[in-house]
Amino acid sequence: MKFKTEIDITINKFIGKKGILIPLLQNAQDIEGYLSKDLMSYVSEKTGIKLAHIYGVATFYTMFRLKPQGKHIIRVCKGTACHVSDANSIMKEVNKQLDLTNEEDTTKDGKFTVMSVACLGCCSLAPVIMVGDNTHGRLTPDSIGKILKKYE
Amino acid sequence: MSLVIKVGLASCGLAAGAGEVFAAIKTHIKKNKIDVEVKETACIGMCFAEPLVEISREDQKSIIYGEVTPENIGNIIDAFTKGKPVEENVIISNILKGSENKTYKKQKRIVLRNCGVIDPISIDDYLGNDGYTALEKSLKEMSRVDIISDIKNSGLRGRGGAGFPTGLKWLFAYNAQNDKKYIVCNADEGDPGAFMDRSVLEGDPHSVIEGMIIGAYAIGADEGYIYCRAEYPLAIKHLNIAIEQATEKGYLGNNIFGSDFNFELHIKEGAGAFVCGEETALMASIEGKRGMPTIRPPFPAQSGLWGKPTNINNVETFANIAWIILNGASEYAKYGTDKSKGTKVFALAGKIKNSGLIEVPMGMPLKEVIYGVGGGMKTEKPFKGVQLGGPSGGCLPSELLDTIVDYDSINKTGAIMGSGGMVVMDTSTCMVDIAKFFLNFTQNESCGKCTFCRVGTKRMLEILIKISDGDGKMEDLDTLEELAHNIIKGSLCGLGQTAPNPVLTTLKYYRDEYIAHIKDKKCPAGVCTSLLKYEVIEDKCIGCTVCAMKCPVNCISGERKQVHKIDQDACIKCGACYDACKFNAIKKG
Ligand SMILES: Cc1cc2nc3c(=O)[nH]c(=O)nc-3n(C[C@H](O)[C@H](O)[C@H](O)COP(=O)(O)O)c2cc1C
Ligand code: FES
Repeated sequence: MKFKTEIDITINKFIGKKGILIPLLQNAQDIEGYLSKDLMSYVSEKTGIKLAHIYGVATFYTMFRLKPQGKHIIRVCKGTACHVSDANSIMKEVNKQLDLTNEEDTTKDGKFTVMSVACLGCCSLAPVIMVGDNTHGRLTPDSIGKILKKYE
Repeated sequence: MSLVIKVGLASCGLAAGAGEVFAAIKTHIKKNKIDVEVKETACIGMCFAEPLVEISREDQKSIIYGEVTPENIGNIIDAFTKGKPVEENVIISNILKGSENKTYKKQKRIVLRNCGVIDPISIDDYLGNDGYTALEKSLKEMSRVDIISDIKNSGLRGRGGAGFPTGLKWLFAYNAQNDKKYIVCNADEGDPGAFMDRSVLEGDPHSVIEGMIIGAYAIGADEGYIYCRAEYPLAIKHLNIAIEQATEKGYLGNNIFGSDFNFELHIKEGAGAFVCGEETALMASIEGKRGMPTIRPPFPAQSGLWGKPTNINNVETFANIAWIILNGASEYAKYGTDKSKGTKVFALAGKIKNSGLIEVPMGMPLKEVIYGVGGGMKTEKPFKGVQLGGPSGGCLPSELLDTIVDYDSINKTGAIMGSGGMVVMDTSTCMVDIAKFFLNFTQNESCGKCTFCRVGTKRMLEILIKISDGDGKMEDLDTLEELAHNIIKGSLCGLGQTAPNPVLTTLKYYRDEYIAHIKDKKCPAGVCTSLLKYEVIEDKCIGCTVCAMKCPVNCISGERKQVHKIDQDACIKCGACYDACKFNAIKKG
């Protein structure tokens, strides 16, 4: 764990309340970037929630990452509207630009993590991607390079 | 003359560059010392033309401009102030002839009454439009039973998909005996291709909160949760602001409007699981567990969150409440059909011209929704189908466009009303591919509890992949149907019970297309890559060599100025040659 003090502050904020596990893990992930084994064991130790339960929750929800993440997360929408507007070619181009092969991966320099998601709620601007908290719409494969440059 | 300029800054606007336009407006008016008030608003629903900017005069005359850019906005403002408005980029106006709003007239905006009109993060704007007066009326003039019977008489049915009568649901929760009850708003909006709830939460968060407070009072709950998916950061931000404002004004907290009613509201962010939209899974998720559905009964009204009686409704359902309390149940019931009252919000997307958000009275034929309100097809290609209800719904062909929008009529076709996503498809969409797309989705999202849902969807997906790869057999279609019916029977929750719908409806209405894949080994829409064949059209090829240079596997041969040839065995069907050829000399089929 890199940010033990921050993690301690977060855990203390939640202790004693009900239904804390998911928001606690979300906050912890925001701080550390991902949920490492050590981090989950530490949360278990501090909160008394069983490690198996924590691991079960962490693997159930797609937002939780068990591997280190890139600095910018790129979510390529593969929802229905984007799918019929050729989201596949957008995914292909993103992977090509970043030299990635899998559907879900992080670049070697640790700058970007690419993942596909099912709908970002901007379907009328399909196809859409989200980089960090910014949504970009009405894309064509040609527009990808310019967008990614903004996040170098 | 004082002017107001409103910029739509919802996610859709921002994604189209409204943030830059907003900044450009601020700079422009500062630099030129123009006397205007610049306001933020959310989504008016005409997402196809984002970024949208509305300029209005004191006398209510206004123009909404679409596809505004930081470059053209200065000119638009200057011309407007000079009384000679720019006539390009006009979307709607009550000044310029010929641009009056025709599609708006066909709509009836109850849920969307404030969306794109008010500044969503200003409680004063909401109060200025009758905000929280329904709550005041409820607390001061109505008994709990009065409220419930108003909602019951309005005929409002849950907008989350299943269409359960809201008044009845409230009555169950009211009747449950317990000193602790919860009220929950389902803002998980998992249907890919739907964005009604996002727009309402971003554009008018107070209307949802007011609906929840009234509901809480009616059933006797003192604590509530809004479960919002994490993919909607702006909605969560606006909700947080709205809750803070409502608490400050005393609409949340203790002794609301001087009564003995107390209510506390929290936001829970989802963590990415479609099944968490199902009510029992959603509650498990709020409790911090894996979002697995549980068997009903007990229904949430008896035993919900932490075992306490709980009432759960969708965002749009709650957004109707204040309007009904203020305008009366019978006013609401005036709209709609016998069994489906009021209005329904739809998110139009896909190959439709006016993609965006609309609200129409129940009972409108699909044809009118798509062509009358939605403006028809966006591309030259003809209409092929409309997908309703997302992964739980189905695709309907043009023969069924006379179907009216109401729960029972749509159910009869094999699709479902769902939450209101409507994705329009043209002939460039392959229906086998669409079935495969949805099955891939549900197969991924199945929580794994029921064997039929977990394994059955996987087997169905494998068959669909086989068909789209050209390895399908006619018997496979029977196996698909058999599996589909067993999955429906053998699943505990709505996810499994409806997962086969996209396959069943495409099999029913587009069977020819499946047969073309199986017997002719052809994908008529040209989507399924394995069945595609790229060929050089000999009379058109001038031998420029561009395709050969672009081909990643070097399977195109030919001398300069000679007709080229594609080696079919080596071709990986990537389409690079097709995209690269300037002479349309490559044919895809
Ligand atoms: C797999 C699945 C996903 C669902 N997703 C949602 C959703 O995203 N939003 C929603 O409001 N209801 C969803 N529902 C329906 C809810 O279970 C529940 O019926 C609804 O929230 C009740 O609210 P209403 O009566 O106002 O419609 C889903 C149901 C199932 C089975
Ligand atoms: S389908 Fe891509 S944003 Fe909705």
